[in-house]
Amino acid sequence: MSTVRLLVGTRKGGFVLTSDGKRQDWTVEGPFFAGWEIYHMKGSPVDPNRIWASQSSGWSGQVLQRSDDGGKTWTVAGNKFLYEGEAGTHQWYDGTPHPWEFKRVWHLEPSLSCADTVFAGVEDAAMFKTTDGGTTWSELPGLRKHGTGKDWQPGAGGMCLHSIVIDPTDEQRMFIAISAAGAFRTDDGGGSWKPINKGLYSKYIPNPTAEVGHCVHHIAMHPSKPKTLFMQKHWDVMRTDDAGENWSKVSGNLPTDFGFVIDVHAHEPETIFVVPIKSDSEHFPMEGQLRVFRSKTGGNEWEPLSRGLPQKDCYVNVLRDAMSVDRMDDCGIYFGTTGGQVYASPDGGENWQAIVRDLPAVLSVEAQTLP
Amino acid sequence: MVRVDLPAHLCRLAGVAHEVTVAVDAAPVTIAAVLEVLERDYPALEGTIREHETKQRRAWLRFFVCEEDWSHVGMDAVLPEVIVNGKEPLLVIGAIAGG
Repeated sequence: MSTVRLLVGTRKGGFVLTSDGKRQDWTVEGPFFAGWEIYHMKGSPVDPNRIWASQSSGWSGQVLQRSDDGGKTWTVAGNKFLYEGEAGTHQWYDGTPHPWEFKRVWHLEPSLSCADTVFAGVEDAAMFKTTDGGTTWSELPGLRKHGTGKDWQPGAGGMCLHSIVIDPTDEQRMFIAISAAGAFRTDDGGGSWKPINKGLYSKYIPNPTAEVGHCVHHIAMHPSKPKTLFMQKHWDVMRTDDAGENWSKVSGNLPTDFGFVIDVHAHEPETIFVVPIKSDSEHFPMEGQLRVFRSKTGGNEWEPLSRGLPQKDCYVNVLRDAMSVDRMDDCGIYFGTTGGQVYASPDGGENWQAIVRDLPAVLSVEAQTLP
Repeated sequence: MVRVDLPAHLCRLAGVAHEVTVAVDAAPVTIAAVLEVLERDYPALEGTIREHETKQRRAWLRFFVCEEDWSHVGMDAVLPEVIVNGKEPLLVIGAIAGG
């Protein structure tokens, strides 16, 4: 029987949660790298036992960890993330020029075809790549030096490149998202990039339909429909069916369309999940009720899923990289909260249970389906 | 041999006890010279005490020498003999900050 492994990054360490295919009983291992912030952990699709972890702290900066045995043991990888050439400036919160400064790795996206190749999305926003198993990292400067780079501005959480989605039919095509610059696409493996924000409307910026400046929180794709992307923006849930050339709003009947996570069912490319959050100033569910909303129509028509989730006095948040799906026949959905709970649904969102309740604040959750 | 006391999070990262000893051949012995050897012997510490490119002390770490704060003395300041001969340790301390 297949097993499911969850890689959970938290404010104070990493955890590995494992279950058989029933996904009822879980083994919890960790904390790994205790005391450090683990922004993201992700396994290689080529070699699932090769797992990467982004480890950082305010005291000692960025560390990269690599496991080649499914998280049992770890090796420190290279942590030298140097911007290519003159770093230059972007806009600060007050609109003044501010030097580009590396702070941390937010997201690690392993290649779909090479276990030694990984992309890293970092703060201040840039994309790095290793092709030697993490020993050395090089910037893909075409993104940061895109003509609009000097106009990018940080969101409340910093100016972070937090989402990387690789087209499984053409690995030269990748989509990324930056808070608060927007979404970008490359068709040449990261050499050149174009903003893909047409159709986004952000009323909190001077030009609500600007080419860049949108606070995209997360993007997701189903591998069978690589031209269709779903986006949770600061406010608004969006979709595109032409690889980002045009976006349309699909918030529909959501009670609030602010949120951070968005993900797609493993076997139903038009079934998507979000966790609505009350507002940008109140980062918790509405009325203290934690509910996942599911659309089986690719947006617009949403239904709440709450069986097994707390329905009173719940004031946690679910951060942008903290939802994932497995690839079991009956698709499992997982998400972690800032209150330290990791919830699992083994049946596409119908029923939920807490795997753990008292971890440090959860920053990221990634599901691996293992043979 | 120079003794270096590391904060707990760096001990775990490097897989060492609270204190390590390093053989510094350079003369004179400075904080920079000690860190060069420390990073050579424990590569996991590269970039965690001082920045990769600028070699500047990371802002939330401090250096203490013989009960004095040497954080702003400069990386090239010559360490006293009691540090060089290992009678006293060079302390690398995490600032009391964060949560």
